[in-house]
Amino acid sequence: MITATRKPMEEILKSVEPFSKILLLGCNECVTVCHAGGRKEVALLGAALRLGRLQKGLPMEVEELTLERQCDPEYVEELSRTIDQYDAVCSMACGCGVQTIAERYPSMPVMPMVNTAFMGASESHGVWAERCAGCGDCVLGYTGGICPVARCSKRIFNGPCGGSTKGKCEISNDVDCAWQLIWDRLKELGQTELYSKLMEPKDWRTARDGGPRRIVREDMAL
Amino acid sequence: MSDFEPVVVVFACDYCAYTAADVAGRMNLEYPAGIRIVRVPCTGKVDSLYVLRALEKGADGVLVAGCLDGDCHFKNGNLRAAARVKALKRLLDEINIGSGRVEMVQMSAGQGAVFAETARNFVATVQELGPNPIKHAASQAA
Amino acid sequence: MKSDSNLEKVLAGGHFAVTGELGPPRGANLEAVKEKAAHLVNMVDAVNVTDNQTAVVRMASWAVSLTIKEMGLEPNYQMVCRDRNRLAMQSDILGAAALGINTMLCLSGDHPSFGDHPQAANVHDIDSIQQLAMIKGMRDDGRFLGGDEIDTPPRMFVGAAANPFGDPFELRVLRLGKKVAAGADFIQTQCIYNLERFAEYMRQAHDMGLTEKTKVLAGVTPLKSGGMAKYMAKRVPGMDVPDDVVKRIASQPKEKQAEEGIKLLCEQIEQLKEMPGVAGIHLMAIEWEHKVPEIVERAGLLPRPKA
Ligand code: SF4
Ligand code: SF4
Repeated sequence: MITATRKPMEEILKSVEPFSKILLLGCNECVTVCHAGGRKEVALLGAALRLGRLQKGLPMEVEELTLERQCDPEYVEELSRTIDQYDAVCSMACGCGVQTIAERYPSMPVMPMVNTAFMGASESHGVWAERCAGCGDCVLGYTGGICPVARCSKRIFNGPCGGSTKGKCEISNDVDCAWQLIWDRLKELGQTELYSKLMEPKDWRTARDGGPRRIVREDMAL
Repeated sequence: MSDFEPVVVVFACDYCAYTAADVAGRMNLEYPAGIRIVRVPCTGKVDSLYVLRALEKGADGVLVAGCLDGDCHFKNGNLRAAARVKALKRLLDEINIGSGRVEMVQMSAGQGAVFAETARNFVATVQELGPNPIKHAASQAA
Repeated sequence: MKSDSNLEKVLAGGHFAVTGELGPPRGANLEAVKEKAAHLVNMVDAVNVTDNQTAVVRMASWAVSLTIKEMGLEPNYQMVCRDRNRLAMQSDILGAAALGINTMLCLSGDHPSFGDHPQAANVHDIDSIQQLAMIKGMRDDGRFLGGDEIDTPPRMFVGAAANPFGDPFELRVLRLGKKVAAGADFIQTQCIYNLERFAEYMRQAHDMGLTEKTKVLAGVTPLKSGGMAKYMAKRVPGMDVPDDVVKRIASQPKEKQAEEGIKLLCEQIEQLKEMPGVAGIHLMAIEWEHKVPEIVERAGLLPRPKA
């Protein structure tokens, strides 16, 4: 899923300074699962915003709403009849949701309330970690199911670097060395011969470096 | 300031603090009049939103009162509540309401005296902090 | 010969090679580095010039390489994967080759979080093994990584670093094998203090036939004090400094510790000369360059072979 964290309140309060009535808009997908921008977080931020503005003596009306999916024009359309009554939309969706609103409602200011972080998985309750960098050409089949792009601090394809120590990455004791994990899993799978093969320089065109990406499914596109 | 009687909402766990408050009452131990007790099945049930709503509605302070470490009837509801209170304190500082208006406290069911004393101390702290700033701002705005 | 590298000639001649190391300055002034380099003239066969070492900005490695080349030293131009994509790497390699740099070392580079610009983008377009293969391809096939022909290919003698004591241990020789397969003409290792463990590593490398395909230079660093020995033992990741080494230096009175460090180093060099598969040493005496003449003299490494 896409993970995110709420922006600091100081930044949020500053960004809504000019407004007196906002729509605080959550999303029922990834940001709900990572507790950054679902119904619950919308309610919490709504309360915090009202309190924060009252404390300044500048009360603000905060309407709370959570869409099924903010990155989908179909659901964003729901706002069309009511949106004009607000000064701005404060979106708690990931950057994709924020932009879908911006695209559909060109004259409505949209403020991001969260910092979109990474594509990750839940390690344990309340802990999420990066797992995929969306490189567009997945190599997990050669690396024991552990991603060298997203999980090695130097995205090394023929690792590990000299900094790998006791299973940890040189950058921090809190970060596992991806190549230690890869090696351990290859051993587990009886696939250590995969390690000896030189992995070729990556074609980063399929990643962001080829310019903004797009998927068109001709069997589906109307 | 001395005539300021803070309104303090206490989310009291049924298995400890709520009973302790009862014991305090039966022992005729005094605690301040502004205390409003809300009985909850476990402090683990105290959503961060309850606390914010209480403050939004004008409470001057909020106490979350749960069981002693290791005594939670639901294993670790009290620890979860403590973690939430910690995060709430940070949030309240960020929006200038002040982290001092929320506290997590722990006690056992028999500790009526502890309940009364904790309530008195917290009310005194809130008295120092003054009224919930949103009331002041709201009256100014009016 | 693949290149005009003095290091290549020395190794090809079967001599026990000696390389040194220099760190470029933190400003646009070459005087200090020239002074340090002067101590190394005629003492070593090549000098590694580090590239933004520990992710701290310093003068370009190629600039210092050219400067010491003029002083009669053979620069070993280091290049890390952290700061350049494949375009920048290849253009720098062409420029370096055209201006007379013959030797290069490929490295990953320390993570930016260690340095003075932790905010920097962390490039890593290709890794150090792919970089080795790229340079070999430029030289031997006359082709850029992208496939186009190079009209005058760079004649680089190209090496890589290896850490015999890094984790996971089982991968150390295997990864050395990958570097050799990618085209490493020579290897310089991290500082060795545990010679027994290093001998085991070399034995494995030898068994895999790697020492026939590449020249391994064992990294050595004089321990200047007991404090330094303890620091290296405890704080430097991937470093193996046995207790008796630390004890030997630390048990000396303060004023004699440096001397004991040099003595120990000379003994280590003697052992390394005898170790099968070891083709030379890489002497890292950072901020101790003035001691290099004394060390190589006492280690019986003089005179250096004339190219
Ligand atoms: S290899 Fe690419 S697509 Fe596969 S997990 Fe890693 S970043 Fe994602
Ligand atoms: S220590 Fe491991 S994870 Fe960290 S940069 Fe090196 S190879 Fe990658």
